[in-house]
Amino acid sequence: MPRMRMNQAIAQAIADEMRSDPTVVVFGEDVAEAGGPFKTTDGLLIEFGPNRVRDTPISEMGFLGAAVGAAATGLRPVVEIMFIEFLGVALDQLVTQGSKFRYLSAGKVTVPMTIRASVGAGLGFAAQHSQTLESWMLASPGLKVASASGAENAYGLLRSAIQDEDPVVFLEPRRLYAVRGDVKVGSNAAIPLGQARIVRSGEDVTIVAFGSTVRVAVDAAEQAEFSAEIIDLQTLVPWDRQAVLESVARTKRLVIVEENPYSFGWGTEIATKVASELFGDLEAPVLRVTTPDVPVPFGKALEERFLPSTSYLLAQTRYLLETGTLPRPWWEGGPT
Amino acid sequence: MSTEMRADPGLYDYALRPPRLPDPPKPENDHLPIDIEVRVGMYEMQQLIRQTEKRAHDLFLQNLVKGTTHLSLGMEAIATGFARAMRPDDYTFATYRGHAHTIARGADIKKVLAELLGRETGLLKGKGGSMHLTDVEHGMMGSYAIIGAHLCIANGAAWSSQMRGTGQVTVCFFGDGTTNIGAFHEAVNFAALWKLPVVFVCENNLYMEYTPIDLVTPVEHPAADRASAYGLEAVLIDGNDADEVYVTAEEAISRARRGEGPTLVEAVTYRQGGHSRADPGKYRPSEELQAWLDKDPIKLYHQRLLRLGVPESRLTEIAQDVARRVDEATEFAKASPRPGPEHLLTDVWADGGSEWRN
Repeated sequence: MPRMRMNQAIAQAIADEMRSDPTVVVFGEDVAEAGGPFKTTDGLLIEFGPNRVRDTPISEMGFLGAAVGAAATGLRPVVEIMFIEFLGVALDQLVTQGSKFRYLSAGKVTVPMTIRASVGAGLGFAAQHSQTLESWMLASPGLKVASASGAENAYGLLRSAIQDEDPVVFLEPRRLYAVRGDVKVGSNAAIPLGQARIVRSGEDVTIVAFGSTVRVAVDAAEQAEFSAEIIDLQTLVPWDRQAVLESVARTKRLVIVEENPYSFGWGTEIATKVASELFGDLEAPVLRVTTPDVPVPFGKALEERFLPSTSYLLAQTRYLLETGTLPRPWWEGGPT
Repeated sequence: MSTEMRADPGLYDYALRPPRLPDPPKPENDHLPIDIEVRVGMYEMQQLIRQTEKRAHDLFLQNLVKGTTHLSLGMEAIATGFARAMRPDDYTFATYRGHAHTIARGADIKKVLAELLGRETGLLKGKGGSMHLTDVEHGMMGSYAIIGAHLCIANGAAWSSQMRGTGQVTVCFFGDGTTNIGAFHEAVNFAALWKLPVVFVCENNLYMEYTPIDLVTPVEHPAADRASAYGLEAVLIDGNDADEVYVTAEEAISRARRGEGPTLVEAVTYRQGGHSRADPGKYRPSEELQAWLDKDPIKLYHQRLLRLGVPESRLTEIAQDVARRVDEATEFAKASPRPGPEHLLTDVWADGGSEWRN
């Protein structure tokens, strides 16, 4: 298994899809000549030429719309939204156009496009370049939403996203681009969408994570005196209900760790489902570990406090296991 | 400041503003080199659109069409002229005012009316309705209800044709109001930049919903005056003359097919009714409305065909045949079943709709 950075795994996944399918095209701001600001499309222009790898104007609505139209008529576009916030000016194309085309053509048109976007805090990019914003997409039937949690699954998930017949939003935690991992490559390495990954088995508690928080959960489990089962959801729409329910049915406790605001974060869906299905079997309330409901701060100390850290996750989970009751979050005076 | 504003009563009642009168019809267009049978075909198509839309309006009044409708009464020449110049595999993108464009591309009016009535036999099994008529088998790639969005999507279809080397051209219709939203500017910029085989057609009917377009636009011709910003020529035509539309369409589509890039056309026309079903259009000066009714595209075309020697009886026969087809389609739609709840869960995801989520 080759060892590479997450951005290299992403570039290789795109290149391998382009080699196997001539309809795959790549466009976005600075993706061609520059190879992407995060080097996630490095080398594609040289290998595949300017017809298939194109720089666009700063025009997210324009090029995301073009991706919808191209996908509906025989191409398989992979577009890059440099920072997920830039999707805001083009959201219509995703949630109201691309994801509704199939429905509004009586099922005759498919829209196989992949929207890649860098997400998340941790690098000091401040309030307008650090959000995760997956909640913008989750309640929009017709879309799928997946996230890499490192180089290890970035390659396989992205290959599935590009092969998928529906619009897929593929999130890339920005602070993991430079982190190396062992990556299984090749056409057999695709990871099906909708399938969670048990990163580590455990008995006392199930910790469900997604994207950037998978590493936080794994680090916590390694330091913990209790035995935690770590699940990387990998895909939020559709999320792997079976994997989570089976795990929590065994451990009887669920902690969800999310890099997004507490209110209305993706974990609320998981919590609701588990609490409803396993009502009576749980030995503790479902705990969500998130950021507070505030914008992402700039300064390093504040940003570190803002993000759910390993030590914070440990303190919260420990409290849950020891007392069987719900800890308050740190901003309400809870354990940290 | 406030005194000055009161001096213009049009600011309080648009119907009191000076009327925007049409340019006179162009009898010289009789001599455009268009085969007489093509012209008769365009007459029939305009009749078909007009009569189907009038029927849609009647069905609405009978409470058989729910929601809303946006009619193209008075604007039929544009859809007709363009569709006639297109190849069967070319793509059309239209707005929620899309009945005319759907019919002009050859959609079965039975399926159109059934869709308006929300029936299972409709184009979209009754799941789209008036604002979303789509018929991909006839190259009608959708009616879009968010202003400007489909110009960007049309570019993608055009680019895809260019990449696949199919020679297909995309024609994208929109209203004057669209020229003030960002999507218009992003899309035209993009198309010009990538020399896409796309024709953008602004149907300037002088009103942005309930507001006169000139009150919300800093230039006289909302599309044509903006063309130069994207290195395109200003093409301003009479949208109530199917022949003028047709020759313009032929030229723009040929250019696109030859790989010479996009054209932005502004076709000046008039919406004889209100913006939507809910709007009686009372804000229009009566003199203006009358002048445009006098310039009705079908009436003028009828006169042209008579001047060109087509017998009145043939035109009457065509209109009567269309009326019969519209009656048949109405009966078909009314007799069609409403879709069952099983249709509610389908056509969402390619891999099985809501079931797949479990």
